[in-house]
Amino acid sequence: MKNLLSISDLDQAGIIEVCDLTDSFLTVTHRDIPKVPALRGKTVASVFYEDSTRTRLSFETAAKRLSADVMTMNMSSSSVQKGESLRDTVQTIEAMGVDAIVIRHRHAGAPNQVAAWVDLSVINAGDGRHEHPTQALLDVYTARRHLGDDLSGARIAIVGDIRRSRVARSTAKAFAQMGAKVTLVAPPTMLPDSLAGWPVTATSDFDEILSDVDLVYLLRIQHERQDSMAFPSLREYVSRYGLTNDRATRLGPEVLIMHPGPMNRGVEISPEVAESDASIITEQVENGVAVRMAVLYLLLGSGAPVA
Amino acid sequence: MVIRGGLVVDINGERKADVRVEAGKVAEVGTKLRGDREIDASGCVVSPGLVDMHVHLREPGMEEAETIETGSRAAALGGFTAVIAMPNTEPPQDDPIIISAVKARAQTALCDVYPAGAITKQREGLELAPMGEMHSLGVRIFTDDGACVASAGVMRSALQYARSLPGAIVAQHAEDETLATGHMHEGEWSSRLGIPGRPAEAEEIIVARDCILAAQTGTPVHFLHLSTAGSVAIVRAAKAQGIPVTAEAAPHHFTFTDESCATFDPLFKVNPPLRTKDDVAAVKAGLADGTIDVIASDHAPHPTETKERTFEEASPGMLGLETALALGISELVDAGVMTLTELLALMSWSPARLSGLADHGATIEKGVTANLCVIDPNLEWVLDPANLASRAQNTPMGGRKLKGKNRHTILRGEVVVLDGQATR
Repeated sequence: MKNLLSISDLDQAGIIEVCDLTDSFLTVTHRDIPKVPALRGKTVASVFYEDSTRTRLSFETAAKRLSADVMTMNMSSSSVQKGESLRDTVQTIEAMGVDAIVIRHRHAGAPNQVAAWVDLSVINAGDGRHEHPTQALLDVYTARRHLGDDLSGARIAIVGDIRRSRVARSTAKAFAQMGAKVTLVAPPTMLPDSLAGWPVTATSDFDEILSDVDLVYLLRIQHERQDSMAFPSLREYVSRYGLTNDRATRLGPEVLIMHPGPMNRGVEISPEVAESDASIITEQVENGVAVRMAVLYLLLGSGAPVA
Repeated sequence: MVIRGGLVVDINGERKADVRVEAGKVAEVGTKLRGDREIDASGCVVSPGLVDMHVHLREPGMEEAETIETGSRAAALGGFTAVIAMPNTEPPQDDPIIISAVKARAQTALCDVYPAGAITKQREGLELAPMGEMHSLGVRIFTDDGACVASAGVMRSALQYARSLPGAIVAQHAEDETLATGHMHEGEWSSRLGIPGRPAEAEEIIVARDCILAAQTGTPVHFLHLSTAGSVAIVRAAKAQGIPVTAEAAPHHFTFTDESCATFDPLFKVNPPLRTKDDVAAVKAGLADGTIDVIASDHAPHPTETKERTFEEASPGMLGLETALALGISELVDAGVMTLTELLALMSWSPARLSGLADHGATIEKGVTANLCVIDPNLEWVLDPANLASRAQNTPMGGRKLKGKNRHTILRGEVVVLDGQATR
């Protein structure tokens, strides 16, 4: 595999391979010196056209723990501001002898276009509303550690602004690929315009499915960008779709809570639920580094077993 | 000069005949004509020159994408002897001075260029442009194309005012901008790809509204680039009631679907967007049954750098002048939707009549202006964007095998294209 542009680039066996590699790298990250020489001599450029502290740090940490050199491009202060085209920018980066580009862009498909323009490996770190495949991988990895390796039949609800969410587009597919039964939960203004090709069902009644889930995956509500008339008010959103303390009591005792972060406490998730034993949100972040080590290793590594 | 050995096709049907051209006119149509200069038309169709009611020549203001010269050369190569140049230039064609300037620049063009005038000043949709002054310079098509006249009040005023302008047609780019906020057709593929959409109803709402306004004012409304099944149904129903509306369809709207956008290649980005299979079928049916009156290319050149952006940032539009005929032949004639003569009606005499161009689309007979094209409907060729006459290369059809090509073009008796090559 050369690129990771979409979670669809991996079949079930591919996702399991990433998870197995992640197991090995997780032990590395727990060592006193959490570093292996697997990608020594390789250079990874992180090219972020959109602010993202978490994902960028996670990728850069992963690359460094594999002993790769990391180039960080701050695109908000670069020649992009001077009008350079995306194609010129990435071809310039390629000319510097980079082995992989980790790209985050505010527009869908930018990583696909970049992959067509350059020969090096391209990893999608989130593109517009399209996909965020490494998030999906860390979500599957984290869920498997709690629900067991076999996710077939697991009932997973993804709640929030599915229509505008790259996380939902990748994570829903990844869980479905693993055999889980995925339900999207959102007001109709936040569900996709069409569900053709989505291996999921959808509902606008959160309460109706509370007693019928194993895992609730909450998406961040971008209320600071609430210009799309998707819901009348934050208060109304919380009352109908927030995982409030009241709703949490109606979940089964074993139900897990996930969130890609950063959380809006008091909006999609109550502060108490976020801190509860059911929440495995911090673990997602921790696993994220190991998952991204696995992805970088798969794309750039020699294929030799991890030390 | 004699055009020899072709099948002459026009509004009166087809017959095997040679055509003698003298002093810019058709001098004789008959058999076994000879002349000092002979143009070979064997195996070809001799037709009135094609007429494209919808092209963007980008001059003045965006000459890095196209000029009147390069665009008219592309038109001539595509078989066109007349084009209507859309007013979204910089400055826009919203004023008699700009109209005159464009007409002056077009004197040496390789096809007749008729500038359309804007409906509103600066194409802003707020105040009427001096339609009467532009009309007195010969402008017959008024449109804010690229932008929709969003206000029903402004549109009604334009239609009422145009009643005083004989032959004037108000042409609408039908897309409600409060719905068409995205970059591709809203539906299955936009939902999968996460690209914000432009729904079918954005077009249909304006089409329906303007059918009502056309009925109320009596002024003809022409719908540019009709693209949805719903729009076709609305126009069909309006025509059945005798409402004075006409419509055009662009070749890309009967050739491609929104699935093409799955590659994220901005060459497939166009407004209105590429639609679904069902919409493509409805546009074809509308062309076949007369609901849609003409085929117009919406030739929209853009410099490469504005297409090497993300799908969401890239400029909408694609080239069309040199591929329109081939797409008509492969997608409509070869697909059994219509005959070649019916296709030529949609591309020549129907748009000529609709645009009020007496010198174009005429019956090929003694005395008419010699605006002709000679088409080889069976020639197979592969498109290389670098070989196009347009200054820009933004076509998604590079490498695509096409069938049917214009061979010669005669403009007012001058051979401007000979054997697929522009003569100047």
